[in-house]
Amino acid sequence: MSQTTFEEMSVSDFFYRNRDIAGLTNPSRSIFVAIREVVENSLDAAESQKIPPDVYVRLSFESEATKETQIYKLRVQDNGCGIQPRFIPSAFGQVLYGSKYKLKQARGTFGLGGKMAVLYGQITTHKPVLVTSSTGQEKIYSFKLMIDIQRNKPVILDRKVITNKDGWRGTVIEFTLEGDYLRAMPKIIEYFKQTAMVNPYANITFVDPKGRLYKFTRATTIMPDPPTETLPHPYGVDVELLQRLIQVTTCMNMSTFLRQHFHRVGEITAQKFLDFAEIPISKNPKKLSHEEIVKLMQNLKKYKDFLPPDANCLSPLGEDLLKAGVTKELNPEYLVVHQRKPSTYAGHPFIVEMAIAYGGGVPKTGGFVIYRFANKIPLLYDEASDVSYKVISSMNWRRYKVAPDMPIAIVIHVCSTKVPYKTVGKEFISDRIEVRKEEANAIREVSRQLSHFLTRQEHVHMEKKRLGIFSKYLPRIAEFSTTLSGQNRQPDIDKLLKSVQKYGTEES
Amino acid sequence: MEQKKAKITARKQEVLKELKNFGTSIYNQLDQGLFPSVNMPSRSTENITYDEQLRQYILGEKSVGRSTRNIRHIKPFTQLAWVALFSNELTSQRKTSTLRDVYYSAQAYEMTFSDQQESNNIITDLETLTGFAREDFSIFPEERSAIFGDIEVAYTVPGYEGKSVNLTSHPDGVLIGPAITSSEFLKTSADKIIAIEKGALFTRFIEESVHSKHKSLLISCGGQAPRQTRSFIRRLHDELDLPVFILTDGDPWGMHIAQVIISGSANAAHLRDLNTPDAVWSGVWASDIIEYKLPTDPLDEVDIKRLYELQKDPRYQNDPIWQREIKTFLKIRRKTELEAFSRYGLTYIVDKYLPTKLEAGPDVSTKRAKKKS
Repeated sequence: MSQTTFEEMSVSDFFYRNRDIAGLTNPSRSIFVAIREVVENSLDAAESQKIPPDVYVRLSFESEATKETQIYKLRVQDNGCGIQPRFIPSAFGQVLYGSKYKLKQARGTFGLGGKMAVLYGQITTHKPVLVTSSTGQEKIYSFKLMIDIQRNKPVILDRKVITNKDGWRGTVIEFTLEGDYLRAMPKIIEYFKQTAMVNPYANITFVDPKGRLYKFTRATTIMPDPPTETLPHPYGVDVELLQRLIQVTTCMNMSTFLRQHFHRVGEITAQKFLDFAEIPISKNPKKLSHEEIVKLMQNLKKYKDFLPPDANCLSPLGEDLLKAGVTKELNPEYLVVHQRKPSTYAGHPFIVEMAIAYGGGVPKTGGFVIYRFANKIPLLYDEASDVSYKVISSMNWRRYKVAPDMPIAIVIHVCSTKVPYKTVGKEFISDRIEVRKEEANAIREVSRQLSHFLTRQEHVHMEKKRLGIFSKYLPRIAEFSTTLSGQNRQPDIDKLLKSVQKYGTEES
Repeated sequence: MEQKKAKITARKQEVLKELKNFGTSIYNQLDQGLFPSVNMPSRSTENITYDEQLRQYILGEKSVGRSTRNIRHIKPFTQLAWVALFSNELTSQRKTSTLRDVYYSAQAYEMTFSDQQESNNIITDLETLTGFAREDFSIFPEERSAIFGDIEVAYTVPGYEGKSVNLTSHPDGVLIGPAITSSEFLKTSADKIIAIEKGALFTRFIEESVHSKHKSLLISCGGQAPRQTRSFIRRLHDELDLPVFILTDGDPWGMHIAQVIISGSANAAHLRDLNTPDAVWSGVWASDIIEYKLPTDPLDEVDIKRLYELQKDPRYQNDPIWQREIKTFLKIRRKTELEAFSRYGLTYIVDKYLPTKLEAGPDVSTKRAKKKS
């Protein structure tokens, strides 16, 4: 069975049958995943234009479905870039179609999430999705769509065009789906809270089926620079990608082929590599046999002298924004953030950002609270399988004066053009040595600073205690000695008390 | 006897003066803007030495300072000042208290001690600082021992001043408490004091009229004699000029009860006049076990360990009887109790053993030692 035939047979069908792999495993998990995917699309749509996102999410009760599940209507509205009308049907009605199928950091990676949510809605309720969008031009376009699952094609049921009098820009998507909101609620609220933490420049509003309003207000309008698109790095390619590139390329020889389609490959690098791989420079890429393509892929991975990928295609949060986000949601007594320099694994650049928060609004759970993010998506499941969990639990915390019962939150953000998720469900990051090393270095850095803070705090605490002891006992001594010596007037001890204070501040 | 009364009142005045001095010293330091501090002899083991002249343990030259500038000292210092104040109130109002009572009273002053041991230690500090025993500050331990015999004493405690009582008046004996220890001795027909380790034998002696047969004042130590009993024995010895005989069980522990009455304890090295160096350990000796063929028990491990300890103790060096008896114990590996004499009948110990021992007199040990050498 060839790959191409398979795709044409129906990607939708494949995902319909295997929706588990996208995280749509049960009614409570599915409703959470659906909300998450659509919200992430909205955030991406605003961020790509450096617009501070305004995302409004409403989940309303429609009808009872089974004993445990209900039918809900999900409506998500954003102020993002909007979608040009000709792309709308495919963007929402065709699986594996999307703006994200290029190499830059984005929340989703397959162009799968949003459409999977719509697909899930359709298969559970048999109702169409309503998409309204405008890029801010004169017209607003409204589509009523369904997905032809067998053929992976959008079916347009209705199409409306309205004049955009107020210059509105953004996208509204509305569809019905089956789920178990009551069960999913804690995760959904936690998701919004954590999303607000890594998107401190976003306004997020959520109205739940009971009419409860959850509002997360932005703390800043400063936004990270949007990522730039890059070509794939030679270390990160596979046979499939090579074949596709060969199909679409207009290059007539290998040297230009490599230079045009790969990241950080110039004329000299291309020449040296082709020498290494024993491929003639003048070879037409379209003439490569299947075996030669496999060999080319192997040599691309073997060759040591490619320059490492640069990180322009990444859009980390940055220390200031991370600080603003954590402060906004946790309001800790002490917070330290740290961003690592870009690193790579298997040709994919990535950056680790780390924050450690102490006290204040950090929940006291008797252990650390770990907030994990990948490309600004909160990861809420399978914490113990994540590489960060291994990193955190292998730390010698006592060295950093950290006790397990302290109110401490650790925030980890990994951003990459390809986050090394272990599963398609995108819930935890696999234990790749490069990632683990970066996370370990980052956590050591913030922990070092935390330990300085804790030491300082201990001093202040000791000093307070010391002064407390003096001001408790000196007056008693004065009182006792006055009576014992038969004096009438108590000696003045204010000066002594002041002197311990002065002595105290010098000491700390 | 008038002179003696003056002595007791004078001592009270001295105690009060010493306490006031302590208060004034703190007050003046505070008034000059200084952190109050005190110095007192160190009670650490390396500063405790045995004084051959005084025949008791004394504290050496080393002293320790307590400064309120030191965060670790300020609490005990405050407690010390409070105990001084409390003692001052007790003594000047002629009231008495107990160690336990002091511990509880502190709470009324928001001067809590974490446990009674802590408050006991602070009281010992006050003793060390002033050189007076806690009984002088009107603080008494809980444990009580008893006295019986023909002696007339006059109370000095409030409400009983001048009232006199004969200590044969109660057949169970009279508790040696603050009222007795602060009383004045009027007259006595006794010519000796017999201190007995155990209450049972003390009662037997009263029943057998040992006090009149042998003209003696009987004292029950109740095990290790409390400090006030030891200082009371010393007062009886000094003021009435009576020899002191001590009867204990025939084991290392009994032997040491006698020794503490004679030579004092290391714990009380900061105090004087708690011991009676002239007192005599009359028995039961290890050699008595052989001589009287007494029923015995074998020495167990702790007994033997204790004997080896005592062998090196400086208090056991000045009189050869101690080393001789220790060696005998170690040789026969047996021990016995005062009650062992019962095998010869209930009155044997009074009729036969005691007279022999008393006859030997105060110089019994030295005589025997000479005889042996």
